[in-house]
Amino acid sequence: MSRPIYTIAVTGLNAIDSPGPGVAVIRGLREAASFDVRIIGLAYESLEPGIYMHDLVDITYLIPYPTAGADALLERLLYINSHEKLDIIIPNFDAELYSFMKLEAKLRDSGIHMFLPTFQQFEERHKVNLSTFGKKYGIDVPEGIAVSDSSEIHKHADKLDFPMMIKGKWYDAYVAYNIEQARTYFNKIAAKWGLPVILQKFVHGTEYNVTGLGDGEGNVIAAVPMRKQFITDKGKAWAGISIDDKKLLELTTRFVSATKWRGGFELEMMKSGDGKYFLMEINPRIPAWVYLAVGVGQNIPEALALLALGQKPEPYKTFDVGKLFIRYSWDMIVDRSEFENFSVKGEL
Amino acid sequence: MEKKHYERPHIVRLDAGMPGKSGLRSELPPTTHIDGVAVAELIEKYGSPLFVLSEKTIRNTYQKAYKAFSTRYPKVQFAWSYKTNYLSAVCNIFHQEGSWAEVVSGFEYEKAIASGVDPKKIIFNGPAKTREELVLATENGSLIHIDHLDELYMLVEVAESTSQKPRVAIRVNMDTGIYPMWDRFGFNYENGQAWDALNKIMHSGKLELMGLHTHIGTFIMSANAYAVAASKLAELARSLQQKFNHQLKYIDLGGGFASKNTLKGSYLPGSDTNPTFNEYAEAISSALINSHFTPGELPLLILETGRALIDESGYILSTVIANKRMSGGRRATIIDAGVNLLFTSFWYQHQVTVAQGTSQYREDTSLYGPLCMNIDCIRESINLPLLNVNDHVVIHKTGAYNLTQWMQFIHLRPNVVLIDEKGEVHIVREKEKLTDVSGSELIPEHLVKINQNS
Amino acid sequence: MKINHNLAVSESGFLFNPGTGESFTVNPIGAEIIAMLRNGKSRTEIIDSITQLYQVDRNSFEKDLQDFNGILKTYNLLEKDE
Repeated sequence: MSRPIYTIAVTGLNAIDSPGPGVAVIRGLREAASFDVRIIGLAYESLEPGIYMHDLVDITYLIPYPTAGADALLERLLYINSHEKLDIIIPNFDAELYSFMKLEAKLRDSGIHMFLPTFQQFEERHKVNLSTFGKKYGIDVPEGIAVSDSSEIHKHADKLDFPMMIKGKWYDAYVAYNIEQARTYFNKIAAKWGLPVILQKFVHGTEYNVTGLGDGEGNVIAAVPMRKQFITDKGKAWAGISIDDKKLLELTTRFVSATKWRGGFELEMMKSGDGKYFLMEINPRIPAWVYLAVGVGQNIPEALALLALGQKPEPYKTFDVGKLFIRYSWDMIVDRSEFENFSVKGEL
Repeated sequence: MEKKHYERPHIVRLDAGMPGKSGLRSELPPTTHIDGVAVAELIEKYGSPLFVLSEKTIRNTYQKAYKAFSTRYPKVQFAWSYKTNYLSAVCNIFHQEGSWAEVVSGFEYEKAIASGVDPKKIIFNGPAKTREELVLATENGSLIHIDHLDELYMLVEVAESTSQKPRVAIRVNMDTGIYPMWDRFGFNYENGQAWDALNKIMHSGKLELMGLHTHIGTFIMSANAYAVAASKLAELARSLQQKFNHQLKYIDLGGGFASKNTLKGSYLPGSDTNPTFNEYAEAISSALINSHFTPGELPLLILETGRALIDESGYILSTVIANKRMSGGRRATIIDAGVNLLFTSFWYQHQVTVAQGTSQYREDTSLYGPLCMNIDCIRESINLPLLNVNDHVVIHKTGAYNLTQWMQFIHLRPNVVLIDEKGEVHIVREKEKLTDVSGSELIPEHLVKINQNS
Repeated sequence: MKINHNLAVSESGFLFNPGTGESFTVNPIGAEIIAMLRNGKSRTEIIDSITQLYQVDRNSFEKDLQDFNGILKTYNLLEKDE
């Protein structure tokens, strides 16, 4: 029996030193057991490496930044759809998710499917609301406060103590060891990602991550825990190993069933010295290291694509423990004319 | 042979990481017409800069807001917030649609009366009402919202001399989980000030307690904050019912709904993120319906929404005066509308579009107004097509606060026109003349003559 | 006023400076001016040519040309006068 061919658009082609998940997601899709794919890249900048990986990406289109608003994005996506006839879009950036969620119904009318968290899930798990989220679902989270003015840092310094995490609403996190550093980071983050900025209690310990997929009805379709083996100066895992940790999987199940999580996710956990897990952050999308999950037997991008199309994929129950992913850089040689074409026409 | 359309020569370096924006189609299409009327014609006929209001948008927005609430709650009344835009033509559109008037000064009160608003349908808010104003409002039967104890005591005194009993509510401030918490107006809920003031009113026997009022802040991005506010007011109402067997006529949740403008420092545009009327209505109605009130007891819900009802109806049309280059090579464009007309540019990133067709080329520009003042900046950084001198631009969502907070500063203020629902254009405020400004000045005798000969 | 002679300008308005590795995009009028500069046209010749082809008066264009030259200079696209 011949397998269906789906046209799937993917963002996050910035496979750089702090990578977007797009290229890893595409590798998962290309290895899918149940379908073949035609991959449409969606890029924000003309130097995103994925644009030039012609063995992975069939054609890439430039799309407007989220700051341009959902209407501008819709117009561009409909234009792309008129040329490519998209079945599925998998957005991979936190900052763009809101716009895509807003367009979910409209895109469905044009035959384009997505499988995204609901607005409630998206808002609840937001860094700004994480403290409330922890209380509501009985999950330990480090104390956090959202502030809109750097003068407020002083007020909360006693309670949170130094070192203190300073985090942006969308991206960026810094450890501040004193109030001056905290103010500097506050200003840096506020200028880039806007207000509020989150002050979070620093938890000492070892970092563990889980990537997974919820079906929107409370069931875990996939979940793979990983311990970071090597962390870059940007805080990204350069190598990690799949582990068998019942407690982490239990927490993941509780998270998915309590929130009825819809879509891919990454839980960033910190295991403190006394063995207690703190949920540091919930990323409402597939992480860049998702290819480890594919490699150990849980093809999350494939299952997500099937869910998007309204199918009910079998939940993955097992995975290989003790497999490593080791990330590496790769220099492509690209002719100037390709860069020129994409820069001028917005398509390649 | 017909000459080709001219566009300035333009070159831009592609910096690493920066997207090649030129490949994208224009993010915002040009605004050549407003409600079917050509922008170029409006400027030709009424001058530049020019304030334009769309009656169609005002009515549509009002009807959308009213419907959002009236389909969820049985008794809803809007009161037009005069300070947001008190041009008579604008106020009267809202009054025709059924709005009461919400005023915060003797001047605004007089204006509402002069427009023929039924005094019983005027809500008098604000922290600075004079004794004379209170006497007048009491005799007229207007609704007086008490801001502080000094006003409460003054009203009790006023009540001794007036034929009418003052019809009052108190303004309550509270913690609704939003920052900053507005606690300078009214009586605090959490520390018991509000309950104390209500007791004083009930025990005085001189005032007729009609309702409760709150106004939790401005540009509130969380609909849930209103649910908290509504619940807290409902609690106060229940206490009044239990202790004094007193039924309130209304609960007034004030204003503060965000318009579709984008605040400075926001990453996503306001049109995507700010709550809709439906979301605000859902939060407020649910909170009241789920409170202790039985269906028959549900009080009238009053809303003093200003900004969200009028912002999108307003435009400023402006003309390019000059293009220049800053010392660092950055492009700057000077237009004839500045912060003197666009007070809100201090906190919004106003959307600006061009009024004529353009190519796909864009450049990052600082957009300055015509004032000889460093603060006069409309947008610090905006991606605009290549503008020529005398080209027109349209500044969007300027209907709220600008026509009340604008300044006669350096320049005289321009015409304000209203496009009615048939597309007819009416001047609703004439542009100022020198005599409008200097006409009320008096010059002492010894300063009349100036010596220009030496 | 002489333009770097080894600049590569493509039809799509993409300009590459092989000496520095920098890339630029230029609009059609900008490309026309650069082409004329490469062909050794004088300032006056450029002004004559553009004002004949496009709806622009001499004063306005002269000002825009001066600005454009300033930018070319900032980007090191003009050869230093010997």
